[in-house]
Amino acid sequence: MIHKFKLKGHNIALDVESGAVHLVDDICFDLLGELENGLPGEDCPQGIKDKLSQYGAAELDEAYGELYRLCSAGLLFSEGDYEKYAGTLIASPIKSLCLNVAHDCNLRCQYCFASTGDFEGARSLMSLETGKKAIDFLIEKSGGRKNLETDFFGGEPLMNFALVKELVAYAREKEARTGKRFRFTISTNGLLLNDEIIDFINKEMSNVVLSIDGRKTVNDRMRGRIDKSGSYDSIVPKFKKLVQKRGGKEYYVRGTFTRRNLDFTEDVKHLHDLGFDRISVEPVVSEGEEYSITEGDIPEICAEYEKLMDFVLEADKSGKPFTFFHFMIDLNSGPCVIKRLKGCGCGNEYVAVTPEGDIYPCHQFVGAREWKMGNLNDKSFDSGKKREFAGNNIYSKPECLKCWAKYYCSGGCAANSARYCQSLKKPYKISCELEKKRLECAIVLAAEKAGPKEV
Amino acid sequence: MSHVITLNSATLRESAEKGGCGECQASCQSACKTSCTVGNQVCENEKN
Ligand code: SF4
Ligand code: SF4
Ligand code: SF4
Repeated sequence: MIHKFKLKGHNIALDVESGAVHLVDDICFDLLGELENGLPGEDCPQGIKDKLSQYGAAELDEAYGELYRLCSAGLLFSEGDYEKYAGTLIASPIKSLCLNVAHDCNLRCQYCFASTGDFEGARSLMSLETGKKAIDFLIEKSGGRKNLETDFFGGEPLMNFALVKELVAYAREKEARTGKRFRFTISTNGLLLNDEIIDFINKEMSNVVLSIDGRKTVNDRMRGRIDKSGSYDSIVPKFKKLVQKRGGKEYYVRGTFTRRNLDFTEDVKHLHDLGFDRISVEPVVSEGEEYSITEGDIPEICAEYEKLMDFVLEADKSGKPFTFFHFMIDLNSGPCVIKRLKGCGCGNEYVAVTPEGDIYPCHQFVGAREWKMGNLNDKSFDSGKKREFAGNNIYSKPECLKCWAKYYCSGGCAANSARYCQSLKKPYKISCELEKKRLECAIVLAAEKAGPKEV
Repeated sequence: MSHVITLNSATLRESAEKGGCGECQASCQSACKTSCTVGNQVCENEKN
């Protein structure tokens, strides 16, 4: 399978199964348009030559010959035989934990999938006892895995900062004894950040996600306090300070865009103007609200991603480069194909734990009782559900198997599929279209960085 | 005259042989929490 597209003056052909990316000239691009199922032989068929008579026969032979050589080298219309690896996923240990240390929040963001911090249950904070059980559970279930991750999440995790500190200390002590390596991350809305917390986060957290939507009006409209006042003025100076003191360690300022700001490139520009150089802005997860993204919005959003791509290049040229999370792609290495075919690991390698000790497949399933996998206090754990999620990979989703983006997107978000398509096996169309557009932009950015345009 | 510039090699196929160690981070652990983009994760296999 190949995927070919034109964007920003490039003709690009991606060979899906090998991962090879080619910049091709117009003749090759048009030839590929006639060769949906691969090259029938060593010589260009006369029928195609007749059809593409705008080019000379010699030229067509030459271009066809080049495509043929790529096929022979396994770099075009190549076959993948990765299905054998899908079966190996069942036995994966659990190695990542999302710890919802606070089902409470000091903001009332309108689009929050945690339903304003309480996850459709009572507002609650995780106890030290439950937190320690979660760390023990992760160590126990991690088998031979050395790198373990724990993300402090919520609600707003800083509403339970004392616990965060204690659990980091607890896990660090276990590291020495078990030979495991813990990596901590945290997502925060920033309101409670102070010097002590900033220094702690910068020391202990390998990544920190700072929630802000962009321009003040955009941010404050969605991300208001309980009294409806906006959060922008309070968080921006704190985020700046945290990043200044971070010493180059990983972080992201992360925003959500909704139907109300489909011109989200302006928000990225604003965050860039504020001095941030690691930015993520993502579509809201929601249906049926006035701000929800609909299928009709897809063309406008795709055009906006192109604008954003232009801005990334502009910023590069002006000497103020930044990373946009969803445009990152490494064509030369990146994750192995086995990682790519199994997807996000939700419910298999990755689980979320609530203040009550309930275990869910991931943070976005929390509160959906039918998906609950167990509880740390009564030590229940449904390994049947774990198996179900382990079997959820690109080979179990017919639409993904046919999709050119499968080794980059890896079959999409299981939580979205469960919520909006009532099946883990059906991809959510809006996400798919946006994902594919982001990937095309990412490939073009990689091509621009690789150098000359002329083929 | 060349009609094609190839930016990389058969990186996916090459990755299958030494891959699958499972040490890299879960994708939602990185920044997004709302979508699955495995393609931009970092490999942590010490053997690679
Ligand atoms: S660490 Fe690298 S080789 Fe191991 S599973 Fe992840 S991407 Fe594959
Ligand atoms: S979820 Fe959508 S974009 Fe991703 S691989 Fe499946 S069909 Fe393609
Ligand atoms: S199901 Fe969706 S939200 Fe959950 S871990 Fe996977 S990609 Fe992330």
